[in-house]
Amino acid sequence: MFGLHYNLERSAVGLVAFIVLVASIGGLIEIAPLFTINETVEEAPDMRVYTPLEVAGRNIYIREGCYACHSQMIRTLRDEVERYGPYSLAVESSYDHPQLWGSKRTGPDLARLGNKYSDAWHTIHLNNPRDVVPESKMPAYRWLLREQLHTDDLGEHLAALRAVGVPYTDEQIANAPLDAYGQANPDSAAAGGVAERYGDATNIRLFDGEATRLTDMDALVAYLQVLGNLTDAAHQPQPEAE
Amino acid sequence: MAGLIERDKVSGQTTTGHEWNGIKELNTPVPRLLWAFLITATIFSVTWTVLMPSWPGINGYFRGLLGVDQRVAVTRSVTEAAAERESWTSRIDSEDFATIQADTELMAIVRETGAALFGDNCAACHGTNARGTPGFPNLVAAPTMWGDDPETVAETIRVGINGTSPETRYAQMLAFGRDHMLERADIDAVVSYVETLSQPELAAGMDADTLAYGAEVFAANCAGCHGEDARGMTETGAPNLTDQYWTYGGDRATIRHSVYYGRAGTMPSWEGRLSPTHIKLLTLYVLDLRANEQ
Repeated sequence: MFGLHYNLERSAVGLVAFIVLVASIGGLIEIAPLFTINETVEEAPDMRVYTPLEVAGRNIYIREGCYACHSQMIRTLRDEVERYGPYSLAVESSYDHPQLWGSKRTGPDLARLGNKYSDAWHTIHLNNPRDVVPESKMPAYRWLLREQLHTDDLGEHLAALRAVGVPYTDEQIANAPLDAYGQANPDSAAAGGVAERYGDATNIRLFDGEATRLTDMDALVAYLQVLGNLTDAAHQPQPEAE
Repeated sequence: MAGLIERDKVSGQTTTGHEWNGIKELNTPVPRLLWAFLITATIFSVTWTVLMPSWPGINGYFRGLLGVDQRVAVTRSVTEAAAERESWTSRIDSEDFATIQADTELMAIVRETGAALFGDNCAACHGTNARGTPGFPNLVAAPTMWGDDPETVAETIRVGINGTSPETRYAQMLAFGRDHMLERADIDAVVSYVETLSQPELAAGMDADTLAYGAEVFAANCAGCHGEDARGMTETGAPNLTDQYWTYGGDRATIRHSVYYGRAGTMPSWEGRLSPTHIKLLTLYVLDLRANEQ
């Protein structure tokens, strides 16, 4: 057996061929499960897509690095299920590109955060966490209420997500900036279109408490309020592995 | 090749035959201990992949001889935990509030479990000590806005206030200034009047005519929800304005802001997220905090 290695080292081509062979074993083991991914992702016919405002909020979530301290993955452990709710399913992240499961919890898990707290609480808390949770060590994101949300490129964001498999319609892409405005202004004429295109379960509210303008806060709160609410699948009893 | 193998005189090892300026490289074998680790690790890995879900195939994957499934395991352990608590959760479910409150043993469990539940769900807004933060009421000391009997408190937790439940309680303080229901002078007068309700000593420094006018404005616009005596009404969920507890703040600027822009705080609807047992438990927990305060 060891003589093989001795001889192998004497042949450059043989050595390279063996290195490629051995290294590809690791690659194959990582890639092979992807061929059967359809079996690991559950069915969720009621799955909604993120609205343009929620996509914008998700981008802000990534921009501000929220994922560094907050996970979005409830593991199959008793304490997590009892604290946060049903464990996360693969299908719940199927429109997340990239997924934001995270790997560290300095703050709590956010996978089931949607509609747990009020919009007003989120706005106060993001602006300065110490205003509502005196012992919090989360940074204050004061600029979110000041920054006007850029909506002009939201159609392109939706189109990019469609390219990787999120089923946005042409109509949704064409109306993206308008829908972003409408979702945060329930009294406006644009609000009706949001419910029509994204479903009645969509949160259409004054997320940051002010109707006058669309801020980064509107988008981020809209995103946080939909977490875990895109589909009801996790609340259904899961079939056991076949 | 065998003829070229040369043994080092000092270490007794063979050499590789490579020589650099008279220095020869020893061909020391891999230590036996390392081999032992390597072989053990390999045996362990192979055994593990046989026992646990591992190898992907064309149709599905190899599920392992032990049949371990994390989802089944967690469902079982949650069920087991619920069964362990059954001895007292069944009593919380079936007995009425007064019976539970009279049972010291059961209330000890309520205090312990309630604190954890409150911390996970309620503390973000109402504070870990339940004494509220600006915008979110004090649950321990302040009078309740919707009533403090157990059934009412449980119902408030279940449906929330301005929440997402179809049965949610609705309460809205109108935006009297922004929506042009009152003139600026009216607002200034009624704010002064409201200030004196909880701080009568302020009346001395105010114009008596303004206060009288403020009282008129109050009677015409505010009394419908807050009551003629401004002590609040549980039917409307409007707070008592004569005490020392304020949801948003009792300073002149904050009161003026409330009158001008209105208020419509949200308490989420907890039905669906919390089980009926948990809602009942939290009701008992909060009422217990209130009872200890008085």
